[in-house]
Amino acid sequence: MKFVDEFRDADKAHALAARITALCEPGRQYKLMEVCGGHTHTIYKHGLEDYLPEQVTLVHGPGCPVCVIPMGRVDDAMALASDPDVIMTSFGDMMRVPGSNGSFFDAKARGTDIRMVYSPLDSLKIARQNPDKRVVFMAIGFETTAPSTAMTVLRAAAEGLPNFSVFCNHVTIIPAIKAILDSPDLRLDGFIGPGHVSTVIGCRPYEFIARDYGKPVVVAGFEPLDILQSIYMLMLQLSKGTSTVENQYSRVVPWDGNPVALRAIGQTMELRPYFEWRGLGFISHSALAVREEYARFDAERLFSVPGVRVADPKACQCGEVLKGVLKPWECKVFGTACTPETPIGTCMVSPEGACAAYYNYGRLTRQRVREASPS
Amino acid sequence: MTRGHLDSPGVAAGTPPDGGVPAPPDGAPASAGWVERALREHDEQVQGETARFERHGSPQPLPGTVREELVLERIDRARRARPRVKEDRITMSHGAGGKATQTLIEAVFLDTFRNPLLEPLEDAARLHVNGARVALTTDSYVVSPLFFPGGDIGDLAVNGTVNDLSMAGAVPLYLSAGFILEEGFPVADLTRIVASMQAAAVAAGVQVVTGDTKVVQKGKADGCYINTAGVGVIEHSLDLGVARARPGDVVLVSGPIGDHGVTIMLARGELDIEADICSDTAPLNGLVASLLAAVPGVRALRDATRGGVATILNEIAVAAGVGVIVTEGDIPVRAEVRGASELLGIDPMYVACEGRLVAVVSPEDADGALAALRAHPQGTGAAAIGTITAQPPGIVQLKTAFGGTRIVDLLVGDPLPRIC
Repeated sequence: MKFVDEFRDADKAHALAARITALCEPGRQYKLMEVCGGHTHTIYKHGLEDYLPEQVTLVHGPGCPVCVIPMGRVDDAMALASDPDVIMTSFGDMMRVPGSNGSFFDAKARGTDIRMVYSPLDSLKIARQNPDKRVVFMAIGFETTAPSTAMTVLRAAAEGLPNFSVFCNHVTIIPAIKAILDSPDLRLDGFIGPGHVSTVIGCRPYEFIARDYGKPVVVAGFEPLDILQSIYMLMLQLSKGTSTVENQYSRVVPWDGNPVALRAIGQTMELRPYFEWRGLGFISHSALAVREEYARFDAERLFSVPGVRVADPKACQCGEVLKGVLKPWECKVFGTACTPETPIGTCMVSPEGACAAYYNYGRLTRQRVREASPS
Repeated sequence: MTRGHLDSPGVAAGTPPDGGVPAPPDGAPASAGWVERALREHDEQVQGETARFERHGSPQPLPGTVREELVLERIDRARRARPRVKEDRITMSHGAGGKATQTLIEAVFLDTFRNPLLEPLEDAARLHVNGARVALTTDSYVVSPLFFPGGDIGDLAVNGTVNDLSMAGAVPLYLSAGFILEEGFPVADLTRIVASMQAAAVAAGVQVVTGDTKVVQKGKADGCYINTAGVGVIEHSLDLGVARARPGDVVLVSGPIGDHGVTIMLARGELDIEADICSDTAPLNGLVASLLAAVPGVRALRDATRGGVATILNEIAVAAGVGVIVTEGDIPVRAEVRGASELLGIDPMYVACEGRLVAVVSPEDADGALAALRAHPQGTGAAAIGTITAQPPGIVQLKTAFGGTRIVDLLVGDPLPRIC
């Protein structure tokens, strides 16, 4: 299939893998973090780690939108949805994320009106069709999805739609990366930059990583060859001892981002002083809220949101997995209490979560490595 | 909840402004009861393992690889544990054909009805009636929309039951048809559905010989649901079953996969994607008859409906205690289905077919079986997609076109509700 098969060519992969191996200095270990959950998914789905030399380890970062939603926010959303006047709309990924009283799917089975949408704009359609109901869109995601929420708010404002609002949980990637860089228990050599987020924010916001922390960044696409090439570009920088931001995904990502999308976000949303991230705790200026001017579309202003805080279960080590300190299988409850069917931690929920990807696709890769290693 | 009112031009770029950050709220947060329950069960399960993990009498923990092995062992044990439905209520996942469906069937139905005829959980039960071997099956149809490119709920209901009998190696003979109709349902639509059932029955060489009709109040059903049951006779001495797969056997599919599921999803019109594809709904009894006549070495047949080919392969791996390894590049998928799947982020391996079978065949008969399938009009797109291996038991692996390897597990969750 055109525009897909070219990026999955096994011969090119072998060639790239050989060049990556050739760049490995003897005795040196390389830890590279792919920030984005979409990359994690690609890596496991295509078995990309099979190509990497043992010295190169991929660490799965915090860029999975549902994985970083704290349980308390899910409970807040559930409280909103339980209002009989409310129709809650949500992306499919969010439906299985557990709150302290089950997931949206469980709530739906109990009779709560929660509907899956493919685009936030579909919520407007539902709002128009149900004028006697109040439609609340559960907005999640990084800068990738924030523009579509912003456009939906702008559209609703232009139409003067009275029964639509947003429960805003949008987060921003840069503070999370900074939190990881500042985390004392982690040593990373470079970053595979998030491709989709960068289509919106561009490559400039990553410059501090190269400049202040001395780590190379390569913004990457989502096909397996994109990622392999990005790893090669990172290894090349590491071998030369340079640290700059490079754009492997230039066919989609403009260096300065998408000004129209940025303007829409800036027009409708503003930074929160702090926001709780699953496993990472409170990070300042890391999330977006609806601006005062659009207060009539802000569910947090329109409804009394309980503002629940639920502690991450002690045994759940999502935080360490998100920071890349632990491999998924090193979590105490991985695969036993926490499985894709009954996820405790959010990393096990989404196919982009490191734990789910490893559980569903990756277990054998590790097994093979173990069989091959002499110990 | 405190809201942020910082006017920051750096919002979109995500650069955090300095200073002026209020402290996050403190106070003891609540915890979730169900999580504690799950953790208690976990503790019970791993009791006694701790000593192994921490190497008795030694201050150092075990090396990573050994610990991982223990974790994998533990997962394996958890997967083999007696299935239990943890939810209080039925969710859509219980009908999706994946893990939740399997758990529901085993924990609720099989556990209660348990008998040797039900236990194999094949597509149809095989019974002895006065010396004759008979196959019996039933299936309900709740597809939405009722009419879709390539078919409708009527021919789906006939073909589905004909195929379940065919997979047991039976010649399908008689069907029953039960209708649950919603008040207000157009009679013209019902007439059209029934006409299409009759056409499908004629094509498959079966008769609908008994039936039932119920009407429920408006809003208590969605238009029209159909249940069909069927009986057929098994005229050969073969004992087909997924548990009979042996290392070295070859896995075949009878044509491109995923057509039905993707057609239904696009026919709902929720996605604004158009593609020139139709459902593959078709009776497979003719194809099965040609296959069984051509070679003696057929071990198992399954039609790849809900849960798709991936689910069938997992059933084979678990039932026979074998490994299955398939090659992505050998699995036939139409470009339209692949394109739609790529766009929607779903895997065609899990998408339903309604006129495709998966066959496990002995190695010496693989070529003959493939030729027999391809010689039949329903099997022109047949392909060999993989082999049965001894190791690792219970696991399906995929060699990706990219050149890597990954696991293909049972589906969790519900990407496409009400496809049949």
